[in-house]
Amino acid sequence: MASSRQKKSSAIRPAPRAGEIVDLGFIPVRAKLIEVAAFLDRVERHGVDGDFRCAALRTAAALLADGRPERARRILEQLSDPTTEPEPVSSGKAALGAWRSPGAGRTAPHRRR
Amino acid sequence: MRYIEPHGHMVSRTTDDYQAMVTAGCRAVCEPAFWAGFDRGSVSGFRDYFRQLTEYEPARAAKFLLPHYSWLCLNPKESEDLALARDVLALIPEFLQRPNVLGIGEIGLNRNTRNELTVLEHHVELAVRHDQLILVHTPHLEDKLKGTRLILDLLSSHPGVRPERVIIDHVEEHTIQRVLDRGFWAGITLYPDSKSSPPRAVDMLEICGRERIWLNSACDWGVSDPLAVPKTALEMRRRGHSEDFVDAVLYRNPVRFLSQCPRFRVADAP
Repeated sequence: MASSRQKKSSAIRPAPRAGEIVDLGFIPVRAKLIEVAAFLDRVERHGVDGDFRCAALRTAAALLADGRPERARRILEQLSDPTTEPEPVSSGKAALGAWRSPGAGRTAPHRRR
Repeated sequence: MRYIEPHGHMVSRTTDDYQAMVTAGCRAVCEPAFWAGFDRGSVSGFRDYFRQLTEYEPARAAKFLLPHYSWLCLNPKESEDLALARDVLALIPEFLQRPNVLGIGEIGLNRNTRNELTVLEHHVELAVRHDQLILVHTPHLEDKLKGTRLILDLLSSHPGVRPERVIIDHVEEHTIQRVLDRGFWAGITLYPDSKSSPPRAVDMLEICGRERIWLNSACDWGVSDPLAVPKTALEMRRRGHSEDFVDAVLYRNPVRFLSQCPRFRVADAP
């Protein structure tokens, strides 16, 4: 799907403004990247980095630097429930942002000290 | 500039928001039925809500010269109670001929349960039986991909569903192409912390093309921005997209989809 999407004839190619995309986007994105780093530091410092969501975030973050395209799509898929059957009942709780296998226990917190 | 807000929960917003939207160029706002932040306890609660969507809110918007349209349904978050869902579904036809009603929505899935799928199927049947447009909510966060697959399979297997009359909302990078490939319309929701940001929305338009896509703020009582759609026009212009491109995505596209309902009218011709 990835390559077919990028080859779509309907895809829009605006006048090249590559320099401006970097000029406008770099500082806000730099700030978000540092927020991610600070969050990972924070959960480690407080000993809660074993939470499955933190583990999912670390795994997803690795996709940022793997040199392959469509990082946003692949990160979203990485964080998604991969199963296909409907759930028997609702948990009554809100989605958490990362999928946890029902069979998986809570990962032990990773402590640096 | 001119734009349509095709998905805004205005009952949760202040009149200041109406004023800001009109000032920014909004020509019409469309309000799907949604979850109130708590589960309604009886069908009479839904009757009151549908009256709010079809009587009170259009009058409030009219004070700002803004046409207001609505969609009716039981939100998927309240679909676990099948008995209540049946009663609400039986109530909806009473309201379908109201002058501002566009169709059935926002139906869909929340946690991808069997009961939610059952109620979604009943809503689709209702829409087909009454020849209504359909607006579909896709689940949040980690549930979106699976829910979108289930929704697409259900809709595609129904012989009465015409994909060009269905919009699948809240798509992101991992779901948009699946929706478009099946012939449906796709809605991109602009939220500060989840769903899509303006830069990501424009990325999706550049990659997937601008056909059968609309943008919306889905502003409600949570973290959301009723001006997210016009703000995204700035991102388009910064990247060098033309005013025609901006107008096509923010105005002509939603008008094209919504005009399939004869009740939808805007003053400006497409």
